[in-house]
Parts: sequence; structure tokens; C-alpha cells
Amino acid sequence: MRLPAPAKSQPVRTEQIILFRVSEQLFAISSASVKEVRSVDTLASATKEIAQAGLRKVRHIVQRGEHSLYVVNGAMHFGLPPFAPALVFVLRRTRTALLVDGIEKMTTMTRLQALPQAFCNDERDWYRGVTAIDQTVIPVVKPEGFLTPDELFLLDSSLQAKDSATSDFPVSDSAGAPRSVFEGGGLDSTLTTNFPSDPPSRESISASSADSEPGAAPFGFKGADFPSPDPANPASLPQ
Amino acid sequence: MSPHTDSESFVLLRLAERRFAVAAGDIAELVAPSRIFRFPHHTKEIEGVILRRGRIVPVCDVAARLIGKSLLSRRFYLIAQRRYTNGTEWIALPVTGDCELIFAEMIPASEADLPHVLGWLSHDGDVIEVLNLNALTPGPSPAILPAPAQALHAQEALS
Repeated sequence: MRLPAPAKSQPVRTEQIILFRVSEQLFAISSASVKEVRSVDTLASATKEIAQAGLRKVRHIVQRGEHSLYVVNGAMHFGLPPFAPALVFVLRRTRTALLVDGIEKMTTMTRLQALPQAFCNDERDWYRGVTAIDQTVIPVVKPEGFLTPDELFLLDSSLQAKDSATSDFPVSDSAGAPRSVFEGGGLDSTLTTNFPSDPPSRESISASSADSEPGAAPFGFKGADFPSPDPANPASLPQ
Repeated sequence: MSPHTDSESFVLLRLAERRFAVAAGDIAELVAPSRIFRFPHHTKEIEGVILRRGRIVPVCDVAARLIGKSLLSRRFYLIAQRRYTNGTEWIALPVTGDCELIFAEMIPASEADLPHVLGWLSHDGDVIEVLNLNALTPGPSPAILPAPAQALHAQEALS
């Protein structure tokens, strides 16, 4: 008698995420959404200050070739107490560079639960959903949620108005500057890279070491591609 | 013949000195308080979330709206089903005492009642509000509810 072939189990879909802190609060972001991780100091030379942005959480822009990225203070975005940012996440497919305290660790999530509908305000734009890691609930941020189209329009308009008014754009003189240009918003900068308490996994190190260069992130994330499901498509994960 | 033919079942919950009722069909379970996970948001009625049976359940303290003050201590979370236009989700309501399953006839709310009042029932000599969780807890289209002070005033006038 032949036994029936065992049913093939569906492979569990996972997504690699970065757990990071903003003002002591833990968040997660898909590693596929993060193009680069840099210390604030290494990015300082490419920044310009926006004097009258009209948006408190954005005080600087970063010139990246033809493109400019707006530097968003994570604490101000989430309404958290001020902190001294140590790292910048350059977010893929957005015009956002996000100031954060530091990276907690990289891990994998197997389930992303939609944000409960009881949450019915701005947070619906901030988060893709929530996940549970080691019995801790962590919100998973939406990369495009840091700057709304209206906010981008406001920032762009502010820059255009400034450019047309004067060509003397206040460029930060970071060479030899004692303090980071990311101290905007009245926040202190420590000028020290805040290394995570947990060492990076061997996989993350090996994945990034080939692309490391002076000034790159502590984990050597710069330019590293993290293959994972499309972060813009929550349906790519089990809901 | 069942003694409850004309009655409906309700769960009585206690918030400080007052009791309220919720249709028993809307209740999932009563659980001991567990760790609340908090993260930034702008929905002021929601304290945070708890993990329950693998689900992430928002905690909504309805005491501020119903009795005019937040609960200082809580004994259980009453996990109820909150209906939305596209389905139902669990929501945890902190309560201060034991809950009780009763059978009673509900008198539907009138137009003069507050939106969160689904009806009234009589039990042990008390007249108890039956809560409409859809109006009491936040959602994508939050019901316009009066301020707690107004609600208290209206409740006192009715009792």
C-alpha cells in the first residue's frame, strides 16, 4: 500500500527588517526600504540648511547628485521628546533622509498585521502595520509616510522661493565644524556614532562589506541591497 | 421552554462604581491585564495595544467618556468585537471589576439618548446603559460624541 505523498507546506514568507530607535521608542522598517545608513557626521558635508521651511521636522536637505533629499527629524515627526540623532537612513524611492538614534538590530518578520482600525488619525499614514518580535509589538513604518505630498509641495515651494530670492544659499561649512549640521530643531548632536548594542549578524556584515567605504554606515549598509518583498505592497506579506 | 425566550444576553461590566452592559454576542473574552505596548499615534482614546492569541489588540479606556475619569486601576480587559464597515476587530476595554452574564430585555435607546447608548435594561433594581461600541470607540469614521462633562450631565438627568 502506498502512502499518499505528504502535502507540501507553504514556505513562510518573511521580510528582513531593521529595528531602530527614535527617542528611545522602537520602530521597524523594511531593510529593502533603506538605501543607505550613514552617521550624521559623514553626511554633513552634503547638507544645506533650510531657513524657512515651514516644517519644523525638516531643517536640512542633502544634495545627492541631481536629487535633493529632505532630512526629517524622526522625533519631531512622531511627536517624541528631542534626542541626539546619530544615524541617517536614506530611504529608497522617497525623498526622505530620516534621522534616528541608532539601530537596535536586524531581524526577520514573518507576519505584518494591519494597523487596527481603532487607530484612525495620522498614524495610518505613518505605519504599514505592526508586528510582534520576541513578544514585543513594534510598529513598522511606512517610508513614504514621513513626508506627505502636501509637505513635499511646501518644502519644494520654500526652496524655489528661496532660490529665486537669492543665490546665497546658506551652505553648512562642515569642514572642521565642531558640530553636526543635523542638530537642527534645537537638538543636540553628540558627533559620535551610536553603535547598536547588539553586534550585527554575520549575514548583514557579509552582505555589506563589499560595498563599504569611508564614511559609510557603522554596519556598512551603504548601498547594500536587501532583497525582500516590496515594502510598498503589504499584501506581499501574510497579513 | 427556555426561561429566556424573550430576553437577550448581555455582559455587565463595571467601571468604578457604575455598571454598563454590552451585548454578549459582541464579547470575545475576559482576560487579566497584560503588558501594554505603546507607540506614537494621534488617536487619544487608544492607550496602546496588547498581544492576545497572536493578535494585536488596541486598548481603549472608555471610562473617561462614560464616567468622566480615566481608570486608575483595572482588573480585567473585556475583549469585545468592534464592527467596522469592512469587518470586525477586537478591542480591549479595561474594567475595574468582575463581569457578569445576564439575560434581560433591552429597551431601545431614544433619539434623546447619547450616541453610545444602544438601549437600557433593568437589572437588580438598577437601570443600566447598553453600550454601542461602534459609537463609543474610535474608528475610521468616528462618531461625533459629546464631551465627557456633557455626557455625565445627560446621564445624571436621566437617572
